[in-house]
Amino acid sequence: MLVSYEWLSEYVDLEGISPEDIAEELNRTGIEVEVIYTRDAGVSRVVVGKVLQCIPHPEADRLNVCSVHVGLAVPLQIVCGAKNVAAGQLVPVALEGATLPGDIKIKRTKLRGVESNGMICSAKELGLPDKVLMKEQQEGILVLGKDARIGQDIKQYLGMNDQAIELQLTPNRSDCLSMFGVAYEISAIFNRELRLPEVEVEESPEQLMPLSISLQNEEDCPIYAAQVIHDLRIGPSPQWMQNRLITAGIRPINNIVDITNYVMVETGQPLHAFDYEQVRGGQIVVRRAVEGEQLVTLDGVTRTLDDETLIITDGQEILGLAGIMGGESSEVKPVTTTILLESAYFDPHKIRSSSRKLGVRSEANHRFERGVNPERVQPALARAVQLLRELAYGEVASEVVVAGLEEVEDIEVTLRHDRLTTVMGIELEEAEVLSIFERLQFPVTVEEGVYRVKAPVRRPDINIEVDLIEEVARLYGYDRIPTSLPWGQQQPGGRTEWQENRRTIRHTLRDLGLNEVITYSLTSESLEGEITYPLTVPHIPIPIAMPMSNEHAILRTNLLPQLVQVAAHNRNHGVPDISIYELSKVYLASDVNQHTLPEERFQLAFLLTGDYHPSSWIQAPQKGGDFFTAKGLLTALLERLCITGMEYEAISIDGFHPGRTALLKYDKHVIGVLGQLHPSLSKKYDLDDTVVCQLDLENLLQLSSKDDLIYQPIPRYPGITRDLALIIDESLPVSQIEAGIRAVTGELLKKVTLFDVFTGEQIGTGKKSIAFNLVYRSDDRTLTDEEVQSVHDGAVAFLVDTFKAKLR
Amino acid sequence: MRDRLLALQEEASQIIVEAPHLEALREAKVKYLGKKGEITGVLRGMGSLSAEERPVIGALANEVRATLSTLIDETEAKLEQAALESKLANENIDVTLPGKSIPLGSLHPINAIIDQMEDIFIGMGFHIAEGPEVETDYLNFEMLNLPKNHPARDMQDSFYISPETLLRTHTSSVQVRTMIDKKGEVPVRIICPGKVYRRDDDDATHSHQFTQIEGLVVDSGVSMGELHGVLLHFIKKLFGEDTEVRLRPSYFPFTEPSVEVDIFHPEKGWIEILGAGMVHPNVLEQAGYSAEKYTGFAFGIGVERIAILKYNIDDIRHFYQNDLRFTKQFKSV
Repeated sequence: MLVSYEWLSEYVDLEGISPEDIAEELNRTGIEVEVIYTRDAGVSRVVVGKVLQCIPHPEADRLNVCSVHVGLAVPLQIVCGAKNVAAGQLVPVALEGATLPGDIKIKRTKLRGVESNGMICSAKELGLPDKVLMKEQQEGILVLGKDARIGQDIKQYLGMNDQAIELQLTPNRSDCLSMFGVAYEISAIFNRELRLPEVEVEESPEQLMPLSISLQNEEDCPIYAAQVIHDLRIGPSPQWMQNRLITAGIRPINNIVDITNYVMVETGQPLHAFDYEQVRGGQIVVRRAVEGEQLVTLDGVTRTLDDETLIITDGQEILGLAGIMGGESSEVKPVTTTILLESAYFDPHKIRSSSRKLGVRSEANHRFERGVNPERVQPALARAVQLLRELAYGEVASEVVVAGLEEVEDIEVTLRHDRLTTVMGIELEEAEVLSIFERLQFPVTVEEGVYRVKAPVRRPDINIEVDLIEEVARLYGYDRIPTSLPWGQQQPGGRTEWQENRRTIRHTLRDLGLNEVITYSLTSESLEGEITYPLTVPHIPIPIAMPMSNEHAILRTNLLPQLVQVAAHNRNHGVPDISIYELSKVYLASDVNQHTLPEERFQLAFLLTGDYHPSSWIQAPQKGGDFFTAKGLLTALLERLCITGMEYEAISIDGFHPGRTALLKYDKHVIGVLGQLHPSLSKKYDLDDTVVCQLDLENLLQLSSKDDLIYQPIPRYPGITRDLALIIDESLPVSQIEAGIRAVTGELLKKVTLFDVFTGEQIGTGKKSIAFNLVYRSDDRTLTDEEVQSVHDGAVAFLVDTFKAKLR
Repeated sequence: MRDRLLALQEEASQIIVEAPHLEALREAKVKYLGKKGEITGVLRGMGSLSAEERPVIGALANEVRATLSTLIDETEAKLEQAALESKLANENIDVTLPGKSIPLGSLHPINAIIDQMEDIFIGMGFHIAEGPEVETDYLNFEMLNLPKNHPARDMQDSFYISPETLLRTHTSSVQVRTMIDKKGEVPVRIICPGKVYRRDDDDATHSHQFTQIEGLVVDSGVSMGELHGVLLHFIKKLFGEDTEVRLRPSYFPFTEPSVEVDIFHPEKGWIEILGAGMVHPNVLEQAGYSAEKYTGFAFGIGVERIAILKYNIDDIRHFYQNDLRFTKQFKSV
């Protein structure tokens, strides 16, 4: 809502209150104001002039030499290039020394040898945007109305000294979609006198023209009022009215349309004028459209209607879409002399859903959707009729006919003083509360700490006690409410173990040198299919009903494809070393029809490519995109979470390197996957070797034995170490050998470290050499060499026997 | 013989003191004090001495031996010190050379801010609540005083999955879930951080996915004063004690009175950072709390907005592009 300061000052005494003050106080009391527009784009020394004479320039075909009277003793000679200039016109004249928008200065000059003492201006040169101009004003010089006075400052005539305060209204404050509503608000905030105009209601004449109204149902249209006006003469509306409309952001059209718009802005009640000639029998029938009915609206578009659309008809033809847009055939035309003027209350929900379906947004349906003030339906009609008589020669030609509700009653809302105190957290004086209601012009009585408030119909947002509390609080001032800290029953705050663990994981990975990322939950089907995540693979991703784009069309079941995208983005932007992780949810459909909510599971994913740490003067680089770097990081994380016994089982799945990928398992349960990205996929995104890992967080954290942690005594007796070097089949997983050693040696073996793995000709094809360092120790005595040797020999014999291992 | 011993002492003392290095000192030790050394050599001639002289010379010899021994120890210490010093003198390094790289990662700024906010609110006795991101229309809208035709639904066009389920448009749905779960028990004091979704085209100031932190307090006698106090505390903790804060009345369907909170930014003026309000009686009642007995307040904080203001970030898309040149700037948060 754009509020003209000049217009507002007619209704509220604004002496000493600037537009900035209004903006500041509206912000403080609940209506957001971000911008104050000024109509003046930088115009000075431009006045109204009358073209006395206009003769062709002797040297130039396209120029005219004009003699213009601007109120000085002598007319000015001005050369003008506009086609539409003519003697007798009133025009804006930029005098010598004038400034125009864009910092243009007007000087005395000679054009093809003829002196020119100023410039006749176009609307554009005065900084008026096309959207507020009538078509004929957009080309050539701006021809002013007959009400312009010669010598008058053009800024005064065109209302360019006015300012528009733009209100960002929340949906509850539809009352401020009118100048009257804003005036009530400003009057309450500043405690200034309100002076709304009196509407003179003309006595109805003898019935000259027929008019009848019938409503198909009063829920769709609770009130419909109309009156017929004739003898109208269509022409431009007076400049003051045009100025106010322009400030309000509405383009002037002609006096009839302008008056309906003016009254809409003033009262909040949209009006519609039908060409009475097109209303057969003066009969109005408001009904639902029949599915498939068609109407050409006044924007020339043919619209197909459904049975939810409310329409205005004359019993035969459709005249317009109720509250949204009139029909082309019943539009007021330049030759129209008689109109049927409509003022109605339509069901906000009906208007809202129809306007959305039809894709029409207008000042009128914006107001109908939010609910107009039923009490103003008839006064707005009377106000428009008054203006039509004053400004368009109109005469009433029928009574006011009203169908539907006649009276709308104020509702009474009670407010308990102690409740107000509880909610606000401060005790106000009763007099203070009463004065706030008085400023709001809410009739009120108080008895034994209970206020009985008549909530005016113009404020549909006031229905229950808390609505009144809000009114009192906002006008008292939120900033004046003293602060306090909690409160009542104390309780310790905190995170759950599950939340704590997630934080630990994120922080540990950060400490291990990985960078956290957050990617979108919505993704595309093609991206989602790039990498298989064995844990969620039977699930079909959940599609969005009406996606905004293919890129964000489904909910992901896997974090990895987007981590690859993040890596690709960085790679493309010159960042080749990438170590990233994300802890986010995936979404798994519980049933095919999406009737129940999907399962949302937290996953942890990380990706490494390029260098984990780069080379420097003192160290060689450590490659990030390496299975064992990633496994090492994972191992550190598992240690932090107190998880031991994770098994790694080689697997071949889509998107991964067939020989460098492991399924992570614990006791036969799949926990996640760790592997190198398939080289064709890394190549697609121009990435070096890339290793990724993804784990199901819930499954993972179940393995944590953090809670069972108990101190183990520090060893008191020395250990004995033995090295063990073996040659085994290359395909034999080392983990099996290690498990074998542990199984055979029993308690005495305290530590196994693999320190060498080697393949080569000297070992033989299909073989590998592995070497362990074993530490034996007892908790209750110093072991002897013989004791250790016998256990160690047992292990060797077992390995030779079971795995056909050869001792080196 | 006495003279000989004294002469030896003098000669040895000089050699010991002047020993240029440990090796020379060791040689001198052997030469004078060794089993075949000079002092021993002198003592071999003791047999020719008289019985009176013998103990006197013996005592003298021991004295000389002890003196020399001490001298050798002292000199050895000095030489060792000198040797160490000369060795260290050759071990100088350029201390300005960079250290070995130990990778340190970074938290995502959005999650870092959530971490900080959680800590602040936990300090005030809050718990962390969570809820699903795919939510029912009923819990996302209807239970929050937003029936199907409510004009406020305009403000948040949504990603529906089916007519009854959608991606939540705010974390406020977790308010409702928490109250339903607590079955009328008080106090309720929770915050719920999480992802939310709205049908916005991604640009510098809009993102179809973003992050909110919802807060809810329900108890008997909760007032706007407490709402004000809690928010003030959190803002000052996060933005600094001197932050200027302004409360403005606003409108949300699920709170009344409703509040928007601005902080003063030295360059941009007053900037809105969150919406809040007293829980609407309908919302309390629908979730099983008597609005007569209990009052509450709720607030919703846009985490991206907080990060943008705190770190002067110019484009919301940075948070989801995850350019490491962006995220790595937040190692210290």
